[in-house]
Amino acid sequence: MTSPTAAVIRTETILFARERLALFWIVLFPSLLLVALGLVPSFREHNPDFGGRRLIDLYVPVTVLLSMIMAAIMTMPATLTSYRESGVLRRLGTTPARPASILLGQVLVHAAAVAASSVIVIVIGWVLFDTPLPGSLVGYAVAYVLALAVSLGIGTAITAVSPNAKAGQVVGMVVFFPSMFTAGVYFPVEVFGGTVRDIISFTPYGAASNALNDATSGTFPQLMDLAVMGGWAVVLYLIAVRTFRWE
Amino acid sequence: MDRLRKTYGDKVAVDGISLSVHQGEIFGILGPNGAGKSTTVESIAGLRVGDRGSIRVHGIDPWTDRAAVTEVLGVQLQEAKLQPRITVQEALELWSAFYPDPEPWAALAERLGLGDHLRQQFENLSGGQQQRLSIALALIGRPRVVVLDELTTGLDPRARREVWDLVRDVRDRGVTVILVTHSMEEAQTLCDRIAIVDSGRIRALDTPAGLIDSASAATITTFETSVPIDLASLRELDGVTAARSEHGTVTVEGADGVALAVIDALRAQGAAPQRLRVAAGTLDAAYLDLTEADAETETDTDQETVR
Repeated sequence: MTSPTAAVIRTETILFARERLALFWIVLFPSLLLVALGLVPSFREHNPDFGGRRLIDLYVPVTVLLSMIMAAIMTMPATLTSYRESGVLRRLGTTPARPASILLGQVLVHAAAVAASSVIVIVIGWVLFDTPLPGSLVGYAVAYVLALAVSLGIGTAITAVSPNAKAGQVVGMVVFFPSMFTAGVYFPVEVFGGTVRDIISFTPYGAASNALNDATSGTFPQLMDLAVMGGWAVVLYLIAVRTFRWE
Repeated sequence: MDRLRKTYGDKVAVDGISLSVHQGEIFGILGPNGAGKSTTVESIAGLRVGDRGSIRVHGIDPWTDRAAVTEVLGVQLQEAKLQPRITVQEALELWSAFYPDPEPWAALAERLGLGDHLRQQFENLSGGQQQRLSIALALIGRPRVVVLDELTTGLDPRARREVWDLVRDVRDRGVTVILVTHSMEEAQTLCDRIAIVDSGRIRALDTPAGLIDSASAATITTFETSVPIDLASLRELDGVTAARSEHGTVTVEGADGVALAVIDALRAQGAAPQRLRVAAGTLDAAYLDLTEADAETETDTDQETVR
């Protein structure tokens, strides 16, 4: 741990561990929500409309996506816009460490927190409510990595287009609710059919939800869903790279 | 630095500044807010690239080789904060990891009076403590040149003196210091040479003493008299730039040697000066004088263009 970049990442990890509120929303809240829903008897009834699956089964991928939304839309842009506004990035630019290393550090710690949260959610669902583990492991991994990439893309794009921390909060809120909806936090995406479902499937979290559900059921996700996520990721990173300012 | 020019949209922040700072001196850049001081030092640090001109720091071009310049240049920026929850010790350790041969941070923290606050988080430090930490971070990589922007803003008088001592210490070890300030007192006590910058240009560049001598109020003579005296005749004396009387106290400003002429003139008038004091002019007066003179010249040119 001697290179400047490694030192910055290490420091950002220590600092992130101090952000209890962020850790609560990213790591703890999704599992708490899953447990609360699982305690409702009707959520544990098999439903022929969902191919015999129970609502609680559908909520496992939903809570996985919920933690990504919390990390990428709620906490990461807030930290990065405040770093920019208070001159942390500018200050780092005068040292041999690159200011980009702090962005990398933030992306890594948020990704790690999301991964931890996902493992907890999947294990808790499996132990307490007998929810299925991913049937297609490779398919799940591909869908998961793409979903995480597109989430962090949303977060960096929000940071890039927001001139200051306050604007970042507003933009974050505007993106937050549609993301929650399309990820299926209010009603699992499977509830919808027809045109509404088609539209949702073209959003990053709609496609992510489809792909994770497919992989959980044991089939490889549809290429269309993976392509939608990949396409969004490319567009979002392009926006971020083109509009990002260090100060 | 040669003919640096930087504009933001229509606004010219720096308009052709050329200067050269010698190894091991404290060089002051003094001027009002918005004069282009910060833009100048940010260009030196490679944070901004000028529209015209060039800069070399120990032979390195900060605009094309920013990575190399960070190795020889330590920077304390005006109003640049750290991560709110980072502790003093963590910040010092982090910055130590950036440089090949960092100064031992514990001793540095001790010298800057941060020894008792190592576990405190940045957001809980007082303004003065944040400032001192910022200075420590600028020095930790053993830079050959250090830029200190608004060094003592927010420090109490005792802390200010301690920081000044530290800056002299750093200079005595052969480090070049570029000090940006709008405090006259700071510039006068610390700097070996000062550039007075206004509206993106250098108005004067000299030692503090040289700047004071060149100003209209190099010496200030004050005295009290019981009898009314003829101020007009005093104003006509060689070298006198101003003479005024307030509540029986007469103040005469002018070049070196004016005091003797004033005493002679008073003797001729039959007046005996009491509580006679002769003081060297302050940089304050010199600064106002230099920027004022300039403002007048500018007005003149404006009128000429109108005609």
